[in-house]
Amino acid sequence: MSVLTSRRGFLKGAAASTAAVLVIGVAPSGAMAAGSAAETTMLNPFVKIAADGTVTAIVKHFEKGQGPATGLTTLIAEELGVSMDAIEYEFAPSNPKLYNNTAFGPIQGTGGSTAMFNSFQQYRKAGAAAREVLLQAASHAWDVPVAQLTLEDGVISGAGNKAPIGEFVAAASTLTAPEEPRLKDPSEFKLIGNANVRRKDTPPKINGTAMYAMDMQLDNQMVVVIKRPTRRGGTVASFDDSTAKDVKGFIRAATLPNKAGVAVYAENTWAALQAREALDVTFDNTAAERRSSEDVYKELMAAVNTAPEYNLTKNDQAEIAGAIDKADKVVEETFYFPLLAHAPMEPLTCTIEATEDGGVILHDGAQMPTSPHAALAQIFQLPMEKVQIKTMFAGGSFGRRATPTVDYQVEAALAFVMTDRTRPVKLVWSREDDITGGYYRPAFAHKVRVGLDADGNIVGWDHRVAGQSISKGTPFEAFSVHDGVDHLSVEGVTPTPYSIPGMFAGLTDIKPATTVLWWRSVGHTHTAYVMESMMDAAAVAAGRDPVEFRLAHLAGDTADQKRLTGVLKLAAEKAGWGNAENGRAQGVAVHKSFGSYVAEVVEISGDTENGVKIEKVTCAVDCGIPVNPDVIKAQMEGGIGYGLGHAMRDEITLEDGEVIQQNFPDYEPLRIGDIGEIETHIVLSTEAPTGVGEPGTPPSAPALANAIAAKGPRVTELPMNKAGVTFA
Amino acid sequence: MAISLKLNGQTHSVEAEPGTPLLWVIRDELKLTGTKFGCGVASCGACTVHMDGEPVRSCQTFIEDVEDAEITTIEGLKSTPAQAVQQAWTELDVVQCGYCQSGQIMSAVGLLSENAKPTLEEIDDYMDGNACRCATYQRIRAAIVRASEIMEA
Repeated sequence: MSVLTSRRGFLKGAAASTAAVLVIGVAPSGAMAAGSAAETTMLNPFVKIAADGTVTAIVKHFEKGQGPATGLTTLIAEELGVSMDAIEYEFAPSNPKLYNNTAFGPIQGTGGSTAMFNSFQQYRKAGAAAREVLLQAASHAWDVPVAQLTLEDGVISGAGNKAPIGEFVAAASTLTAPEEPRLKDPSEFKLIGNANVRRKDTPPKINGTAMYAMDMQLDNQMVVVIKRPTRRGGTVASFDDSTAKDVKGFIRAATLPNKAGVAVYAENTWAALQAREALDVTFDNTAAERRSSEDVYKELMAAVNTAPEYNLTKNDQAEIAGAIDKADKVVEETFYFPLLAHAPMEPLTCTIEATEDGGVILHDGAQMPTSPHAALAQIFQLPMEKVQIKTMFAGGSFGRRATPTVDYQVEAALAFVMTDRTRPVKLVWSREDDITGGYYRPAFAHKVRVGLDADGNIVGWDHRVAGQSISKGTPFEAFSVHDGVDHLSVEGVTPTPYSIPGMFAGLTDIKPATTVLWWRSVGHTHTAYVMESMMDAAAVAAGRDPVEFRLAHLAGDTADQKRLTGVLKLAAEKAGWGNAENGRAQGVAVHKSFGSYVAEVVEISGDTENGVKIEKVTCAVDCGIPVNPDVIKAQMEGGIGYGLGHAMRDEITLEDGEVIQQNFPDYEPLRIGDIGEIETHIVLSTEAPTGVGEPGTPPSAPALANAIAAKGPRVTELPMNKAGVTFA
Repeated sequence: MAISLKLNGQTHSVEAEPGTPLLWVIRDELKLTGTKFGCGVASCGACTVHMDGEPVRSCQTFIEDVEDAEITTIEGLKSTPAQAVQQAWTELDVVQCGYCQSGQIMSAVGLLSENAKPTLEEIDDYMDGNACRCATYQRIRAAIVRASEIMEA
């Protein structure tokens, strides 16, 4: 059963409330429970069981590779009592009342490494509730007390009776699911924590049948590509399509209603791309951005060398600076981080078609279905129920598919609005559109001074941060901006888990030079680099071992300190810390992000002049109960690769307001030979599960920088190749 | 112009202008979407197909140059190395987002078809042109080694 066709069946079945399809869920909790009494007793459709016994998990998080299609399905299968082979999954329709991310409030969406964190209890309860009504139905049918019945591997048995769950589906659908079903004790888990559970999305992804949004081929569809202004704030003044008309398959060109580009409509993708090449567009750049990266760099450096706009630690900066001045040793570094593109493997795309009842369907690798749902309803002046979102596989995101402006879905909607709506419109971004199209990890600078006493202990830490806020001026402002401070700019600096007496931290916002966005691990992309580079530099200045130095400053009693200590010791032990092979060097970093604790040791050979080779990365992660250990390992591997590849050689630069880089040749991705080996160790925790999609990224680049610093210069400006490091 | 295209063992007659990349004929005309568009400039490998058994980037292979060739896409894979590669990819759960994996598999099959027992260095060299933004590389490497073992067994 394919993901797409079966969902259609689910909606139809659920609407008709047929006995053949059983929809079971649990009462909402948290933000959702604040509604009316009727809402709190509403069944939440996470589990579907057909009369033939086929179980389907309704997955509320989109699958961009981080594994929720496997993870959420595992939770249902575990508590319901079926094997992983006996359960299918479908992506949920857009319905934030049922499928909201409980960490986000009333919004359905994926991000911030929250998929497992916010679903763990919810999906377990849904599976357990399904088990209980099935057992009740069997109890009635056989006249045997529920206590004497068990449900395992999809079969109910007890008191001499035995039958597959499919036989009880119709009867169970008439029963009310308990609000607080009995959940398994972790000692009873068969699937949660089982390293042999395989990904549910592997089969279609190795034979070409997995359907991504880019793969939409609706009858009679048009392909649209957009010629956009090359500078932020530019608009379309006029265009000439006389040459484009010579391209076979070209249909027409039209300026978007918001003048943010010219839409080129064609019969197929190649014709659209060719016609766009032939299109001559004049842009109005009077209000456009004209700064270059050098200007932004100077602005950032000036900002970290003057009094910060916001005092994050609410203390006296002069007093702390004075204490540092009197310290036995002082370590000072200034850091710079460039703009970075996400560049997911699948360029941005989505398709809109009209329905017979006057509504529309959006086919999308939808990261935040609630956002395009609302945006399309507004653009098409339709009630929400007339807009459907069909979530497809997404070819990566790293944050890019969730923008406050709903950018690419709005483009597609505007392109569709300008047609008679008889033909579906598929919007396609090229790789050049993606690399030059904005929504970058913002550029940041940090300046840090650390004072050490005669024993090599930290006595003062003066930390200034400057950069462009991700959230300010967007609908997400209320979520992350408090007292003027965008938490996303400074997360990872303060509060710090290190015991640092006399820490000052300040932030200065700089005005937007381009559109910026969360990028895998958000603020931690730069804050972890700075904190862990400074801890390393301080350890060296103190003449202490970098691992021992960190452990000494994590020696307190907080849960964060204990868990960071745990992963740091584990990574150091497994990496053979201090025993690198001859000619090799090691670097370490440890960081908490998205509720998870990760330590990494990078071991390198070679040197900065003749070429550094990353031989091995040893990773230890504590993400609470490890639901799918192999998926967690894969996420650490991927997060590490993402962090290292960009730190090694990637940046987006502006010149006269225009982006210089165009495609992979000048925004070079990590390649297979760049990292020798990654070894991941998972802490066996009993804490609630936390994120894994992002936490592998923050420690990777500083661990590499610290390894390089162990035998050469300390790299404080990225990318490393621009700072004089060559890689083998 | 009308082109006769031999693809996955079948002959198709397609209408395409000279200079049209094979990629777009496969995806938009023949509606075989397992072959992916990633960069359009032969720098990511997501569009890799086999032309007479050799991996080529279909975004930079033009329709007028393939008329006499046998083209194989991910949907048409069935050789012994292909089966071994797909089995190894399954055993090791190589995929994450999966978008690049058709191209990775086409390249891996190309490698094992000409070198049944590649060294790690040979794997890195051969697979260098296939980018994976999820960084599944070490599993790709391990899966090629595993596929080589499966072929040997």
